[in-house]
Amino acid sequence: MNANSSMSGPSVSELASVLQRHGRDSHALVQILREFQAIHGCLPRPALCQIATALGLTLAHVEGVAGFYRFFHTEPVGAYRVLFSDNITDRMLGSEALLRQLCALLKVAPEQTRADGLVSVATTSCTGLSDQGPAALINHHQVVTRLTPQRIAQMAELIEQHVPPAQWPPEWSQVDDRIRLADVKLGPQPEPGAGIAAALAREPQAMIDDIKRSKLRGRGGAGYATGTKWQLCRNAVGQTHYVVCNADEGEPGTFKDRVLLTSYADTLFEGMTIAAWSIGASQGLVYLRGEYRYLLDHLQAVLQRRRELGLLGHAIQGKAGFDFDIAIHVGAGAYVCGEESALIESLEGKRGVPRIRPPFPVEHGYLGQPTTVNNVETFCAVTHIAVHGGAWWARIGTAQSTGTKIHSVSGDCARPGIYEYPFGTRVGRILEDCGARDTQAVQVGGPSGVCLSALEFDRRIGFEDVPTAGAFMVFDRSRDLFEVASNFVHFFAHESCGFCTPCRVGTELVVRQMDKLKRGYGSSADIKVLFELDKLMHGATHCGLGAGACNPLRDTIAKFRPAYEKHLKSLHFVAGFDMDAELSQARRATGRNDSGAHLENFE
Amino acid sequence: MMTDTRIDALSPGTFALDGQEVEFAPGDSILQAARRAGHDIPHLCWHPDFAAHGSCRLCTVKVNGRSGAACTIQAANGQDVESDTPELNAQRKTLLQMLFVEGNHFCPSCEKSGNCLLQATAYQMGMEGPHFEEFYPHRRVDASHPELLLDLNRCILCGLCVRASAQDGKQVFAMGGRGITSHLLVNSDSGQLAGSAISATDRAANICPVGAILPKRRGFVIPIGQRRFDSQPVSQEDAT
Repeated sequence: MNANSSMSGPSVSELASVLQRHGRDSHALVQILREFQAIHGCLPRPALCQIATALGLTLAHVEGVAGFYRFFHTEPVGAYRVLFSDNITDRMLGSEALLRQLCALLKVAPEQTRADGLVSVATTSCTGLSDQGPAALINHHQVVTRLTPQRIAQMAELIEQHVPPAQWPPEWSQVDDRIRLADVKLGPQPEPGAGIAAALAREPQAMIDDIKRSKLRGRGGAGYATGTKWQLCRNAVGQTHYVVCNADEGEPGTFKDRVLLTSYADTLFEGMTIAAWSIGASQGLVYLRGEYRYLLDHLQAVLQRRRELGLLGHAIQGKAGFDFDIAIHVGAGAYVCGEESALIESLEGKRGVPRIRPPFPVEHGYLGQPTTVNNVETFCAVTHIAVHGGAWWARIGTAQSTGTKIHSVSGDCARPGIYEYPFGTRVGRILEDCGARDTQAVQVGGPSGVCLSALEFDRRIGFEDVPTAGAFMVFDRSRDLFEVASNFVHFFAHESCGFCTPCRVGTELVVRQMDKLKRGYGSSADIKVLFELDKLMHGATHCGLGAGACNPLRDTIAKFRPAYEKHLKSLHFVAGFDMDAELSQARRATGRNDSGAHLENFE
Repeated sequence: MMTDTRIDALSPGTFALDGQEVEFAPGDSILQAARRAGHDIPHLCWHPDFAAHGSCRLCTVKVNGRSGAACTIQAANGQDVESDTPELNAQRKTLLQMLFVEGNHFCPSCEKSGNCLLQATAYQMGMEGPHFEEFYPHRRVDASHPELLLDLNRCILCGLCVRASAQDGKQVFAMGGRGITSHLLVNSDSGQLAGSAISATDRAANICPVGAILPKRRGFVIPIGQRRFDSQPVSQEDAT
């Protein structure tokens, strides 16, 4: 557990060892901050000052980086920090009541640190455990799944008794793969080294040609052709080339990469090694989202075993001159870092703000060098393609969407978990397989994806029709789609990097409009404003986060308008004005809160 | 989107801006080329002396039908660029309204009034009111420096002072926070201007397009009516 040493100053030796481990490299700033906080509990200003001095950075720069990531705390937080996953699927499983229960038992307000410094309780964006929620993250390290009122009661006791999380019941932290349906990617895996051997038997260009032949497209959402990306990267001139794995699986409701990292890490690292051979890279980096910190030791162990097997390091599989190794960078709570140029900024130890593109990372990526960034699932596919050939892969799926796609199924269904299908599969088929009944809607691809109504369940998964990054959240007829959209727009406002005007202000305006509707003070004019904001944000934002931030809104207003209208007092004009709330400032100024200071007491 | 073939950015050429031919030099952004040719594309975070930022999005244009910031898109031969259209100007007005409601902008009491690019651009775009509910955030005023005032209530996060101070070799400013709580940071032990390396003659102290960084003891030395945008609207200013 975190030592709550907020009362004392930063320990010089603690900091020195962290700095030394990273060779006082300013590009490791995010890792240094994360590791120091894990020891010290928070990042007080004197520590930031020391880190800045040691790395040759300004204090303001270090403060700016520390202030960007949600998992960094420049003020003391609880020695026990409990973060409830706040995805809509967690809420549907009762997370909000569980949070209130824990706060009541521990006598602490949400988002506050208890006066004795023992505990703080708050929410965080989806932790990637939607199929076994409600979930929580303890001290940015340990996950707790399948929360129940009983577990919460016990957790409160353990915290009061100062029992370290590592000694909590181990079954609480059990994370299951829950693979319900496996196809080529989740079925039998090639022996470690088989994919590399198949790649090394060819020239790098021939390997790229085979990836092109497979028509493999990126599994992270954008669907860019992997072979083309690698070709551009290989052709780009640089001192060195990098292979980066995007394991920042932040799209709410997505957890398929968590399963791949847990049980298919060899296949992933093999795919990265094949990419290195193809583009001519000697260094690989995995950007592991902070929520998956609990997988770090396991992943390091797999990397070490692969080094011992000669599958990483110098002269891989005896091939003179083919040197490649992989390092893991752990994120610190920032969805926007799933955008590849923001991810690279974060890898370089900076705020995760997307870059101006072009130049694209294939030409000007990590440390300004040609870099290919691919999703976990994409690299896994590469290994299978290396073994079985591009033509084999191209025969699976559809013309424009070859191969299979892994879906993270959660929400109102009997069998949530992981399902792998060839592209071209009907949405309705997935619903049948997962045991969904009386389904009202499915959110495919997460909040930035598309919300499908029952009329659309014959549509098919694929870039031609319904593209997806892997989330598949099911809502039955008991659910209020307004609540779903409201959860999603809060998510985007929470995760906006704040760089560009339309996303920074727009996501906040959307939240305020939705909250106004929720409180019952909305008018149909407010729905019109939401449409305006959606239109603006689709064309004017710096990156895809802002552009997609209104997707859930647009879909649900268009397809489930009654869900919105029932939140309106009248479809006709109602003043968006709460007289009593307007008096709150006057009450604050006069220090009054007696009954005479509230409007409802006057007739 | 990224394509297999690269546009040759090293050759000059022409593109069409609202139907008028504009010549560009190698490496020009659309905004740079348009300004050199005497055309105005509204902007706040862009400045000819500094690298493009692309954050305010006021200069959003449509290039061959696709939206993008004119300050970050490389000019290329044959581009069809739309800028001065009712749709894009309406979008600009909304972006300006967003900036106004996000901060605390009270033009009548602001010393920058008449010299303010935010205010002038809002006039240019016909903004008559905030449209959205104001956020009225609590933001800091830093009066610690003997010669300069930093009022974050008026900061629009354009990053010009950050870029200018880096060019001054001092790195006095940085961006902090995230999302709607993003804010300007000052590099000093106290976080205040007084302890920082800034001086009143620095470029960073004189670059702010709004009234967030102001010199002290110069209030209303130039009377209202004789200020930068009093003589001509921002759209008619000399583009160079």
